[in-house]
Amino acid sequence: MSVDVSEGRSFQIDPAAPEPRSIVLPARGVLLRRLVADPTALAGLVIVTLAVLVALLAPWIAPHDPARQNVMNRYAPPSAEHWLGTDNLGRDEFSRMVLGARTSVLTTLAIGAGVLTIGIVVGTLSGYVGGILDGLIMRIVDLLLAFPPLLLALVVTGVLGPGLLNLAIAMIGVYWLSYARLVRGLVLAMRERDFVEGARALGLSGRRIATRHILPNVVGPILAVATLRTGQLLLILAALSFLGLGVRPPTPEWGAMLSEGQRYLASAPQLMIYPGIAIAVVALGFNLLGDGLRDVLDPTLR
Amino acid sequence: MSQPLLQVDDLTTTLHVREGALRILDGVTFSLSGGERLGIVGESGAGKTMTALSMTRLLRIPGAEVSGRVLLDGTDLLQLRRRDVRRLLGARIGMIFQNPLNSLNPAMTVGAQISEAIRTHERVSRREAWERATRLLEEVQLPSPARSAHDYPHRLSGGMRQRVVIAMALACQPGLLIADEPTTALDVTTQAEIVDLIFALAEVRGMSVILITHDLALMAGFADRIVVLHRGRVVEEGSVRSIYASPRDGYTRALISSVARLAPPAWRGGP
Repeated sequence: MSVDVSEGRSFQIDPAAPEPRSIVLPARGVLLRRLVADPTALAGLVIVTLAVLVALLAPWIAPHDPARQNVMNRYAPPSAEHWLGTDNLGRDEFSRMVLGARTSVLTTLAIGAGVLTIGIVVGTLSGYVGGILDGLIMRIVDLLLAFPPLLLALVVTGVLGPGLLNLAIAMIGVYWLSYARLVRGLVLAMRERDFVEGARALGLSGRRIATRHILPNVVGPILAVATLRTGQLLLILAALSFLGLGVRPPTPEWGAMLSEGQRYLASAPQLMIYPGIAIAVVALGFNLLGDGLRDVLDPTLR
Repeated sequence: MSQPLLQVDDLTTTLHVREGALRILDGVTFSLSGGERLGIVGESGAGKTMTALSMTRLLRIPGAEVSGRVLLDGTDLLQLRRRDVRRLLGARIGMIFQNPLNSLNPAMTVGAQISEAIRTHERVSRREAWERATRLLEEVQLPSPARSAHDYPHRLSGGMRQRVVIAMALACQPGLLIADEPTTALDVTTQAEIVDLIFALAEVRGMSVILITHDLALMAGFADRIVVLHRGRVVEEGSVRSIYASPRDGYTRALISSVARLAPPAWRGGP
Protein backbone atom coordinates (compact mmCIF):
# COMPACT_ATOMS: atom_id res chain seq x y z
CA MET A 1 0.00 0.00 0.00
CA SER A 2 1.33 3.41 -0.79
CA VAL A 3 1.35 5.69 2.16
CA ASP A 4 1.88 9.35 1.56
CA VAL A 5 3.73 10.08 4.76
CA SER A 6 6.41 11.77 2.71
CA GLU A 7 4.08 14.55 1.67
CA GLY A 8 4.77 16.82 4.58
CA ARG A 9 6.63 15.34 7.44
CA SER A 10 9.88 14.36 5.85
CA PHE A 11 10.52 17.99 5.00
CA GLN A 12 10.38 19.16 8.53
CA ILE A 13 13.89 20.39 9.08
CA ASP A 14 14.01 21.23 12.70
CA PRO A 15 11.68 19.65 15.21
CA ALA A 16 10.75 22.03 17.99
CA ALA A 17 13.65 22.21 20.35
CA PRO A 18 12.88 20.96 23.86
CA GLU A 19 12.25 23.74 26.26
CA PRO A 20 15.17 24.18 28.62
CA ARG A 21 14.40 23.93 32.32
CA SER A 22 13.33 27.22 33.69
CA ILE A 23 14.28 28.19 37.19
CA VAL A 24 11.61 30.74 37.66
CA LEU A 25 9.90 31.17 40.99
CA PRO A 26 6.41 29.64 40.90
CA ALA A 27 3.43 31.66 42.01
CA ARG A 28 3.32 32.18 45.76
CA GLY A 29 0.37 29.94 46.47
CA VAL A 30 1.82 27.08 44.46
CA LEU A 31 5.15 27.34 46.24
CA LEU A 32 3.53 27.13 49.67
CA ARG A 33 1.28 24.25 48.66
CA ARG A 34 4.20 22.21 47.36
CA LEU A 35 6.24 22.97 50.49
CA VAL A 36 3.46 21.76 52.75
CA ALA A 37 3.13 18.57 50.69
CA ASP A 38 6.73 17.62 51.51
CA PRO A 39 6.97 16.41 55.15
CA THR A 40 10.60 17.44 55.67
CA ALA A 41 10.03 20.86 54.20
CA LEU A 42 6.88 21.22 56.27
CA ALA A 43 8.82 20.39 59.44
CA GLY A 44 11.39 23.02 58.50
CA LEU A 45 8.68 25.54 57.74
CA VAL A 46 6.98 24.93 61.09
CA ILE A 47 10.21 25.22 63.08
CA VAL A 48 11.32 28.38 61.31
CA THR A 49 7.89 29.99 61.58
CA LEU A 50 7.71 29.16 65.30
CA ALA A 51 11.22 30.48 65.91
CA VAL A 52 10.45 33.72 64.11
CA LEU A 53 7.11 34.13 65.90
CA VAL A 54 8.71 33.57 69.31
CA ALA A 55 11.47 36.01 68.39
CA LEU A 56 9.00 38.68 67.33
CA LEU A 57 6.60 38.21 70.25
CA ALA A 58 9.28 37.53 72.89
CA PRO A 59 8.44 40.42 75.26
CA TRP A 60 4.82 39.27 75.41
CA ILE A 61 5.63 35.59 75.75
CA ALA A 62 8.28 35.84 78.47
CA PRO A 63 6.59 35.53 81.90
CA HIS A 64 9.43 37.22 83.81
CA ASP A 65 12.03 39.92 83.35
CA PRO A 66 14.99 37.95 82.00
CA ALA A 67 17.45 40.21 83.78
CA ARG A 68 15.89 40.15 87.26
CA GLN A 69 18.10 38.19 89.61
CA ASN A 70 17.06 36.32 92.71
CA VAL A 71 20.00 34.92 94.63
CA MET A 72 17.65 33.14 97.02
CA ASN A 73 16.32 30.98 94.20
CA ARG A 74 19.32 29.83 92.15
CA TYR A 75 19.38 26.62 90.06
CA ALA A 76 15.71 26.05 90.78
CA PRO A 77 14.21 23.01 89.07
CA PRO A 78 11.32 23.49 86.61
CA SER A 79 8.10 24.58 88.34
CA ALA A 80 4.82 26.25 87.55
CA GLU A 81 6.47 29.59 88.34
CA HIS A 82 9.68 28.95 86.42
CA TRP A 83 8.94 26.56 83.53
CA LEU A 84 12.56 25.78 82.86
CA GLY A 85 13.86 26.58 86.33
CA THR A 86 16.32 29.37 87.12
CA ASP A 87 19.96 29.94 86.26
CA ASN A 88 23.09 30.61 88.30
CA LEU A 89 21.82 34.09 89.23
CA GLY A 90 18.26 32.98 89.88
CA ARG A 91 16.96 34.47 86.61
CA ASP A 92 13.99 32.78 84.90
CA GLU A 93 15.52 30.42 82.33
CA PHE A 94 12.40 30.24 80.13
CA SER A 95 12.21 34.02 79.79
CA ARG A 96 15.89 34.13 78.96
CA MET A 97 15.47 31.47 76.30
CA VAL A 98 12.54 33.35 74.74
CA LEU A 99 14.33 36.69 74.68
CA GLY A 100 17.47 34.89 73.55
CA ALA A 101 15.49 33.76 70.53
CA ARG A 102 14.81 37.40 69.77
CA THR A 103 18.50 38.25 69.76
CA SER A 104 19.73 35.09 68.05
CA VAL A 105 17.06 34.57 65.40
CA LEU A 106 16.40 38.20 64.49
CA THR A 107 20.11 39.02 64.31
CA THR A 108 20.65 35.97 62.13
CA LEU A 109 17.84 37.06 59.81
CA ALA A 110 19.24 40.58 59.65
CA ILE A 111 22.68 39.22 58.78
CA GLY A 112 21.10 36.90 56.22
CA ALA A 113 19.27 39.81 54.60
CA GLY A 114 22.50 41.81 54.60
CA VAL A 115 24.63 39.17 52.89
CA LEU A 116 21.82 38.41 50.45
CA THR A 117 21.47 42.05 49.42
CA ILE A 118 25.18 42.63 49.00
CA GLY A 119 25.61 39.27 47.27
CA ILE A 120 22.81 39.95 44.78
CA VAL A 121 23.95 43.48 43.97
CA VAL A 122 27.62 42.59 43.60
CA GLY A 123 26.95 39.29 41.84
CA THR A 124 24.55 40.85 39.35
CA LEU A 125 26.94 43.70 38.61
CA SER A 126 29.77 41.26 38.15
CA GLY A 127 27.83 38.83 36.01
CA TYR A 128 25.87 41.28 33.91
CA VAL A 129 28.36 44.06 33.33
CA GLY A 130 31.27 41.65 32.99
CA GLY A 131 34.62 42.75 31.63
CA ILE A 132 37.09 44.52 33.87
CA LEU A 133 34.58 45.06 36.67
CA ASP A 134 33.81 41.35 36.77
CA GLY A 135 37.51 40.48 36.83
CA LEU A 136 38.17 42.95 39.62
CA ILE A 137 35.25 41.87 41.80
CA MET A 138 35.97 38.19 41.36
CA ARG A 139 39.66 38.57 42.20
CA ILE A 140 38.71 40.39 45.41
CA VAL A 141 36.26 37.60 46.22
CA ASP A 142 38.90 34.98 45.45
CA LEU A 143 41.38 36.74 47.69
CA LEU A 144 38.97 36.99 50.61
CA LEU A 145 37.77 33.42 50.15
CA ALA A 146 41.36 32.30 50.62
CA PHE A 147 40.96 33.05 54.34
CA PRO A 148 38.86 30.86 56.59
CA PRO A 149 35.68 32.94 56.97
CA LEU A 150 35.25 32.23 60.68
CA LEU A 151 38.76 33.45 61.37
CA LEU A 152 38.18 36.53 59.24
CA ALA A 153 34.96 37.33 61.08
CA LEU A 154 36.81 36.84 64.36
CA VAL A 155 39.55 39.25 63.35
CA VAL A 156 37.13 41.88 62.05
CA THR A 157 35.09 41.77 65.26
CA GLY A 158 38.29 41.95 67.22
CA VAL A 159 39.25 45.12 65.39
CA LEU A 160 35.78 46.69 65.63
CA GLY A 161 35.40 45.63 69.26
CA PRO A 162 32.89 43.11 70.61
CA GLY A 163 29.17 43.80 70.54
CA LEU A 164 26.19 42.51 68.62
CA LEU A 165 26.20 45.23 65.95
CA ASN A 166 29.92 44.89 65.26
CA LEU A 167 29.60 41.13 65.13
CA ALA A 168 26.78 41.43 62.61
CA ILE A 169 28.79 43.85 60.50
CA ALA A 170 31.80 41.52 60.58
CA MET A 171 29.70 38.53 59.57
CA ILE A 172 28.01 40.39 56.72
CA GLY A 173 31.42 41.59 55.58
CA VAL A 174 32.71 38.03 55.39
CA TYR A 175 29.76 35.92 54.29
CA TRP A 176 28.49 37.84 51.25
CA LEU A 177 31.36 36.44 49.21
CA SER A 178 29.95 33.08 48.29
CA TYR A 179 26.56 34.62 47.51
CA ALA A 180 28.17 36.98 45.03
CA ARG A 181 29.76 33.98 43.37
CA LEU A 182 26.51 32.07 43.18
CA VAL A 183 24.51 35.02 41.85
CA ARG A 184 27.18 35.84 39.30
CA GLY A 185 27.11 32.31 37.93
CA LEU A 186 23.33 32.26 37.63
CA VAL A 187 23.28 35.70 36.01
CA LEU A 188 25.97 34.70 33.53
CA ALA A 189 23.94 31.69 32.44
CA MET A 190 20.74 33.73 32.20
CA ARG A 191 22.44 36.53 30.25
CA GLU A 192 22.93 34.23 27.29
CA ARG A 193 19.29 33.26 27.08
CA ASP A 194 17.37 34.30 23.97
CA PHE A 195 14.84 36.44 25.76
CA VAL A 196 17.60 38.60 27.18
CA GLU A 197 18.91 39.08 23.66
CA GLY A 198 15.36 39.90 22.64
CA ALA A 199 15.05 42.51 25.38
CA ARG A 200 18.26 44.08 24.14
CA ALA A 201 16.89 44.13 20.59
CA LEU A 202 13.87 46.02 21.91
CA GLY A 203 16.17 48.76 23.14
CA LEU A 204 15.76 48.13 26.87
CA SER A 205 18.40 49.60 29.15
CA GLY A 206 20.95 47.37 30.80
CA ARG A 207 19.63 48.16 34.25
CA ARG A 208 16.11 47.26 33.25
CA ILE A 209 17.23 44.00 31.66
CA ALA A 210 19.18 43.07 34.78
CA THR A 211 16.40 43.88 37.24
CA ARG A 212 13.32 42.84 35.28
CA HIS A 213 14.51 40.07 33.01
CA ILE A 214 17.47 38.43 34.69
CA LEU A 215 16.98 38.72 38.45
CA PRO A 216 13.39 37.42 38.63
CA ASN A 217 14.56 34.33 36.80
CA VAL A 218 17.32 33.53 39.26
CA VAL A 219 15.67 34.31 42.63
CA GLY A 220 14.43 30.73 43.02
CA PRO A 221 17.78 29.00 43.49
CA ILE A 222 19.14 32.00 45.38
CA LEU A 223 16.27 31.79 47.83
CA ALA A 224 16.85 28.08 48.44
CA VAL A 225 20.56 28.55 49.06
CA ALA A 226 19.92 31.60 51.22
CA THR A 227 17.63 29.59 53.51
CA LEU A 228 20.23 26.84 53.85
CA ARG A 229 22.90 29.40 54.63
CA THR A 230 20.74 31.07 57.25
CA GLY A 231 21.03 27.92 59.33
CA GLN A 232 24.79 28.16 59.11
CA LEU A 233 24.72 31.85 59.98
CA LEU A 234 22.75 31.04 63.13
CA LEU A 235 25.43 28.54 64.16
CA ILE A 236 28.27 30.92 63.38
CA LEU A 237 26.60 33.75 65.26
CA ALA A 238 26.17 31.45 68.26
CA ALA A 239 29.79 30.31 68.01
CA LEU A 240 31.17 33.84 67.92
CA SER A 241 28.87 34.88 70.77
CA PHE A 242 30.06 31.84 72.68
CA LEU A 243 33.57 33.21 72.27
CA GLY A 244 32.39 36.46 73.85
CA LEU A 245 32.29 38.62 70.74
CA GLY A 246 28.55 39.22 70.74
CA VAL A 247 26.10 40.65 73.23
CA ARG A 248 27.09 42.16 76.50
CA PRO A 249 25.52 40.68 79.62
CA PRO A 250 22.84 40.66 80.80
CA THR A 251 21.23 40.59 77.34
CA PRO A 252 20.24 36.98 76.71
CA GLU A 253 21.51 35.32 73.53
CA TRP A 254 21.73 31.59 72.97
CA GLY A 255 25.44 31.46 72.17
CA ALA A 256 26.28 33.66 75.14
CA MET A 257 24.01 31.62 77.43
CA LEU A 258 25.83 28.51 76.30
CA SER A 259 29.09 30.15 77.22
CA GLU A 260 27.83 31.27 80.65
CA GLY A 261 26.34 27.87 81.38
CA GLN A 262 29.62 26.17 80.59
CA ARG A 263 31.02 27.10 84.02
CA TYR A 264 28.21 25.23 85.77
CA LEU A 265 28.25 22.23 83.46
CA ALA A 266 28.88 19.78 86.27
CA SER A 267 26.25 21.11 88.70
CA ALA A 268 23.58 22.50 86.35
CA PRO A 269 23.99 20.99 82.86
CA GLN A 270 20.51 22.19 81.84
CA LEU A 271 21.91 25.74 81.52
CA MET A 272 23.91 24.51 78.52
CA ILE A 273 21.42 21.97 77.29
CA TYR A 274 18.51 24.39 76.73
CA PRO A 275 20.31 26.92 74.53
CA GLY A 276 22.23 24.08 72.86
CA ILE A 277 19.03 22.33 71.85
CA ALA A 278 17.42 25.60 70.74
CA ILE A 279 20.34 26.46 68.46
CA ALA A 280 20.46 22.98 66.97
CA VAL A 281 16.72 22.77 66.38
CA VAL A 282 16.38 26.17 64.73
CA ALA A 283 19.46 25.56 62.55
CA LEU A 284 17.96 22.22 61.58
CA GLY A 285 14.70 23.97 60.74
CA PHE A 286 16.44 26.34 58.34
CA ASN A 287 18.30 23.43 56.75
CA LEU A 288 15.14 21.38 56.23
CA LEU A 289 13.29 24.36 54.81
CA GLY A 290 16.20 25.16 52.52
CA ASP A 291 16.37 21.59 51.24
CA GLY A 292 12.63 21.58 50.76
CA LEU A 293 12.70 24.86 48.87
CA ARG A 294 15.41 23.52 46.61
CA ASP A 295 13.37 20.44 45.82
CA VAL A 296 10.23 22.43 45.22
CA LEU A 297 11.98 24.91 42.97
CA ASP A 298 13.84 22.26 41.03
CA PRO A 299 11.41 19.48 40.15
CA THR A 300 14.11 17.41 38.42
CA LEU A 301 15.69 16.68 41.81
CA ARG A 302 12.60 14.91 43.09
CA MET B 1 16.23 58.71 -7.09
CA SER B 2 14.88 58.39 -3.60
CA GLN B 3 17.11 57.36 -0.77
CA PRO B 4 16.75 53.71 0.30
CA LEU B 5 15.40 53.03 3.80
CA LEU B 6 18.41 50.95 4.63
CA GLN B 7 21.78 50.99 2.95
CA VAL B 8 24.39 48.52 4.15
CA ASP B 9 27.82 49.28 2.73
CA ASP B 10 30.88 47.10 3.01
CA LEU B 11 29.82 45.63 6.34
CA THR B 12 32.82 43.73 7.61
CA THR B 13 33.05 41.92 10.92
CA THR B 14 36.39 40.70 12.14
CA LEU B 15 36.91 38.49 15.16
CA HIS B 16 40.24 39.00 16.83
CA VAL B 17 41.14 35.73 18.42
CA ARG B 18 44.40 34.46 19.80
CA GLU B 19 45.30 32.77 16.54
CA GLY B 20 44.80 35.95 14.56
CA ALA B 21 41.99 37.80 12.84
CA LEU B 22 39.00 35.93 11.54
CA ARG B 23 36.83 37.72 9.00
CA ILE B 24 33.32 36.44 9.47
CA LEU B 25 31.66 39.08 7.31
CA ASP B 26 33.50 40.43 4.31
CA GLY B 27 32.17 43.54 2.62
CA VAL B 28 28.47 42.71 2.84
CA THR B 29 26.58 45.28 0.80
CA PHE B 30 22.90 45.56 0.07
CA SER B 31 20.08 48.04 0.24
CA LEU B 32 16.42 48.01 0.99
CA SER B 33 13.73 50.49 0.04
CA GLY B 34 10.57 51.29 1.95
CA GLY B 35 8.02 48.49 1.93
CA GLU B 36 10.40 46.07 0.30
CA ARG B 37 10.90 42.47 1.45
CA LEU B 38 14.47 41.30 1.25
CA GLY B 39 15.59 37.77 1.84
CA ILE B 40 19.02 36.80 3.07
CA VAL B 41 19.78 33.15 2.37
CA GLY B 42 22.78 30.96 2.89
CA GLU B 43 23.80 27.81 4.65
CA SER B 44 24.58 27.57 8.35
CA GLY B 45 27.63 29.61 9.18
CA ALA B 46 27.35 31.77 6.08
CA GLY B 47 27.01 34.86 8.26
CA LYS B 48 23.27 35.49 8.08
CA THR B 49 22.75 36.02 11.77
CA MET B 50 26.10 37.78 12.05
CA THR B 51 24.87 40.27 9.47
CA ALA B 52 21.71 40.96 11.46
CA LEU B 53 23.59 41.34 14.74
CA SER B 54 26.45 43.40 13.30
CA MET B 55 24.04 45.78 11.57
CA THR B 56 22.11 46.47 14.73
CA ARG B 57 25.09 46.68 17.07
CA LEU B 58 23.78 43.68 18.99
CA LEU B 59 26.91 41.62 18.43
CA ARG B 60 28.37 41.06 21.87
CA ILE B 61 31.41 38.95 21.25
CA PRO B 62 34.58 40.17 22.91
CA GLY B 63 37.18 40.96 20.26
CA ALA B 64 34.69 41.50 17.45
CA GLU B 65 35.22 44.54 15.27
CA VAL B 66 32.55 45.82 12.91
CA SER B 67 33.34 48.24 10.10
CA GLY B 68 31.53 49.68 7.11
CA ARG B 69 28.34 51.72 7.05
CA VAL B 70 24.76 50.89 7.97
CA LEU B 71 22.58 53.80 6.97
CA LEU B 72 19.04 53.80 8.28
CA ASP B 73 17.30 56.84 6.75
CA GLY B 74 20.74 58.32 6.31
CA THR B 75 21.92 57.76 9.90
CA ASP B 76 24.92 55.47 10.25
CA LEU B 77 24.09 53.00 13.00
CA LEU B 78 27.73 52.04 13.36
CA GLN B 79 28.68 55.62 14.26
CA LEU B 80 25.96 56.18 16.84
CA ARG B 81 26.52 56.07 20.57
CA ARG B 82 25.13 52.99 22.31
CA ARG B 83 22.46 55.03 23.99
CA ASP B 84 21.24 56.34 20.65
CA VAL B 85 21.27 52.89 19.09
CA ARG B 86 19.04 51.73 21.93
CA ARG B 87 16.57 54.47 21.06
CA LEU B 88 16.27 53.08 17.53
CA LEU B 89 16.09 49.40 18.41
CA GLY B 90 12.53 48.42 19.09
CA ALA B 91 11.25 51.79 17.94
CA ARG B 92 12.37 51.90 14.31
CA ILE B 93 13.85 48.43 13.92
CA GLY B 94 11.92 45.44 15.17
CA MET B 95 13.65 42.11 15.51
CA ILE B 96 12.47 38.54 15.72
CA PHE B 97 14.86 35.79 16.66
CA GLN B 98 15.09 32.11 15.94
CA ASN B 99 13.70 30.37 18.92
CA PRO B 100 10.26 31.49 20.03
CA LEU B 101 10.33 29.03 22.91
CA ASN B 102 13.13 30.97 24.55
CA SER B 103 12.45 34.44 23.24
CA LEU B 104 10.06 35.37 26.03
CA ASN B 105 10.82 36.01 29.66
CA PRO B 106 9.31 33.10 31.64
CA ALA B 107 8.77 35.33 34.67
CA MET B 108 6.60 37.99 33.02
CA THR B 109 3.15 37.79 31.46
CA VAL B 110 3.16 38.32 27.71
CA GLY B 111 1.03 41.44 28.08
CA ALA B 112 3.56 42.90 30.50
CA GLN B 113 6.38 42.16 28.08
CA ILE B 114 4.67 43.87 25.17
CA SER B 115 3.68 46.81 27.38
CA GLU B 116 7.28 47.12 28.46
CA ALA B 117 8.41 47.28 24.84
CA ILE B 118 5.93 50.12 24.23
CA ARG B 119 6.78 52.04 27.39
CA THR B 120 10.48 51.82 26.67
CA HIS B 121 10.07 54.06 23.66
CA GLU B 122 6.86 55.97 24.22
CA ARG B 123 5.49 57.96 27.11
CA VAL B 124 2.17 56.29 27.65
CA SER B 125 0.34 55.18 30.76
CA ARG B 126 0.45 51.58 31.93
CA ARG B 127 -3.18 51.14 31.12
CA GLU B 128 -2.81 52.51 27.61
CA ALA B 129 0.25 50.33 26.97
CA TRP B 130 -1.67 47.30 28.15
CA GLU B 131 -4.59 48.11 25.87
CA ARG B 132 -2.24 48.51 22.95
CA ALA B 133 -0.59 45.21 23.86
CA THR B 134 -3.97 43.48 23.75
CA ARG B 135 -4.72 45.05 20.38
CA LEU B 136 -1.37 43.86 19.07
CA LEU B 137 -2.10 40.34 20.26
CA GLU B 138 -5.36 40.56 18.38
CA GLU B 139 -3.52 41.77 15.31
CA VAL B 140 -1.17 38.78 15.37
CA GLN B 141 -4.26 36.60 15.64
CA LEU B 142 -3.73 35.14 19.06
CA PRO B 143 -6.94 33.48 20.21
CA SER B 144 -8.68 35.42 23.02
CA PRO B 145 -6.04 38.18 23.21
CA ALA B 146 -7.46 39.93 26.26
CA ARG B 147 -7.09 36.78 28.32
CA SER B 148 -3.81 35.62 26.79
CA ALA B 149 -2.22 38.92 27.75
CA HIS B 150 -2.37 37.73 31.35
CA ASP B 151 -0.74 34.40 30.52
CA TYR B 152 2.84 33.47 31.22
CA PRO B 153 4.74 32.25 28.15
CA HIS B 154 4.85 28.62 29.28
CA ARG B 155 1.09 28.40 28.83
CA LEU B 156 1.36 29.19 25.12
CA SER B 157 2.36 26.91 22.27
CA GLY B 158 5.44 27.56 20.14
CA GLY B 159 3.44 29.14 17.35
CA MET B 160 1.51 31.32 19.77
CA ARG B 161 4.72 32.43 21.42
CA GLN B 162 6.19 33.39 18.09
CA ARG B 163 3.07 35.49 17.49
CA VAL B 164 3.71 37.23 20.80
CA VAL B 165 7.32 37.85 19.77
CA ILE B 166 6.07 39.39 16.53
CA ALA B 167 3.66 41.56 18.50
CA MET B 168 6.56 42.76 20.66
CA ALA B 169 8.69 43.52 17.62
CA LEU B 170 5.87 45.53 16.06
CA ALA B 171 4.84 47.28 19.29
CA CYS B 172 6.27 50.66 18.33
CA GLN B 173 5.47 50.48 14.61
CA PRO B 174 9.02 50.11 13.30
CA GLY B 175 9.66 50.82 9.64
CA LEU B 176 11.96 47.83 9.38
CA LEU B 177 11.53 44.32 10.68
CA ILE B 178 14.45 41.92 10.81
CA ALA B 179 13.29 38.32 11.17
CA ASP B 180 16.11 35.88 11.76
CA GLU B 181 14.90 32.33 11.02
CA PRO B 182 11.53 33.13 12.57
CA THR B 183 10.11 29.71 11.78
CA THR B 184 12.98 27.32 12.31
CA ALA B 185 11.76 25.88 15.58
CA LEU B 186 8.17 25.51 14.44
CA ASP B 187 6.41 22.68 12.64
CA VAL B 188 5.65 23.04 8.94
CA THR B 189 2.05 24.18 9.09
CA THR B 190 2.84 26.74 11.77
CA GLN B 191 5.82 27.91 9.73
CA ALA B 192 3.57 28.80 6.83
CA GLU B 193 1.11 30.57 9.14
CA ILE B 194 3.81 32.67 10.74
CA VAL B 195 5.36 33.68 7.42
CA ASP B 196 1.94 34.58 6.03
CA LEU B 197 1.29 36.63 9.14
CA ILE B 198 4.53 38.55 8.79
CA PHE B 199 3.77 39.11 5.11
CA ALA B 200 0.29 40.43 5.85
CA LEU B 201 1.42 42.69 8.69
CA ALA B 202 4.19 44.11 6.53
CA GLU B 203 1.69 44.84 3.75
CA VAL B 204 -0.75 46.57 6.06
CA ARG B 205 1.90 48.68 7.73
CA GLY B 206 4.02 49.36 4.67
CA MET B 207 6.92 47.95 6.62
CA SER B 208 10.18 46.75 5.09
CA VAL B 209 11.24 43.27 6.10
CA ILE B 210 14.54 41.45 6.07
CA LEU B 211 13.86 37.73 6.31
CA ILE B 212 16.81 35.54 7.13
CA THR B 213 16.43 31.86 6.40
CA HIS B 214 18.07 28.81 4.94
CA ASP B 215 14.71 27.68 3.59
CA LEU B 216 14.63 28.62 -0.08
CA ALA B 217 11.09 27.40 -0.59
CA LEU B 218 9.84 29.63 2.19
CA MET B 219 11.80 32.52 0.76
CA ALA B 220 10.46 32.12 -2.75
CA GLY B 221 6.95 32.94 -1.66
CA PHE B 222 7.95 35.83 0.53
CA ALA B 223 10.74 38.06 -0.71
CA ASP B 224 10.94 40.58 -3.53
CA ARG B 225 14.68 40.41 -3.65
CA ILE B 226 17.28 37.98 -2.39
CA VAL B 227 20.83 38.28 -1.18
CA VAL B 228 22.81 35.06 -1.18
CA LEU B 229 25.52 34.88 1.46
CA HIS B 230 28.36 32.41 1.39
CA ARG B 231 31.28 32.42 3.81
CA GLY B 232 30.56 35.98 4.88
CA ARG B 233 30.29 37.38 1.36
CA VAL B 234 27.42 38.36 -0.85
CA VAL B 235 27.78 36.02 -3.81
CA GLU B 236 24.63 37.00 -5.61
CA GLU B 237 21.83 39.52 -5.36
CA GLY B 238 18.73 39.95 -7.43
CA SER B 239 15.00 39.45 -7.74
CA VAL B 240 13.57 36.13 -6.59
CA ARG B 241 12.50 35.27 -10.12
CA SER B 242 15.86 35.91 -11.73
CA ILE B 243 17.85 34.09 -9.08
CA TYR B 244 15.64 31.02 -8.93
CA ALA B 245 15.30 30.85 -12.71
CA SER B 246 18.89 31.48 -13.68
CA PRO B 247 21.36 31.58 -10.81
CA ARG B 248 24.62 33.06 -12.05
CA ASP B 249 26.83 32.06 -9.17
CA GLY B 250 28.02 28.50 -8.74
CA TYR B 251 27.22 28.48 -5.05
CA THR B 252 23.68 29.69 -5.60
CA ARG B 253 23.15 26.93 -8.14
CA ALA B 254 24.41 24.38 -5.66
CA LEU B 255 22.16 25.82 -2.95
CA ILE B 256 19.08 25.70 -5.15
CA SER B 257 19.76 22.20 -6.41
CA SER B 258 20.17 21.04 -2.83
CA VAL B 259 16.51 21.71 -2.11
CA ALA B 260 14.64 18.45 -1.78
CA ARG B 261 11.92 18.12 -4.37
CA LEU B 262 8.69 16.20 -4.22
CA ALA B 263 9.57 13.89 -7.07
CA PRO B 264 7.38 10.86 -7.57
CA PRO B 265 8.90 8.32 -5.19
CA ALA B 266 10.51 5.39 -6.97
CA TRP B 267 8.87 2.90 -4.67
CA ARG B 268 5.34 4.05 -5.30
CA GLY B 269 3.29 1.13 -6.45
CA GLY B 270 5.99 -1.08 -5.00
CA PRO B 271 6.82 -4.68 -5.75
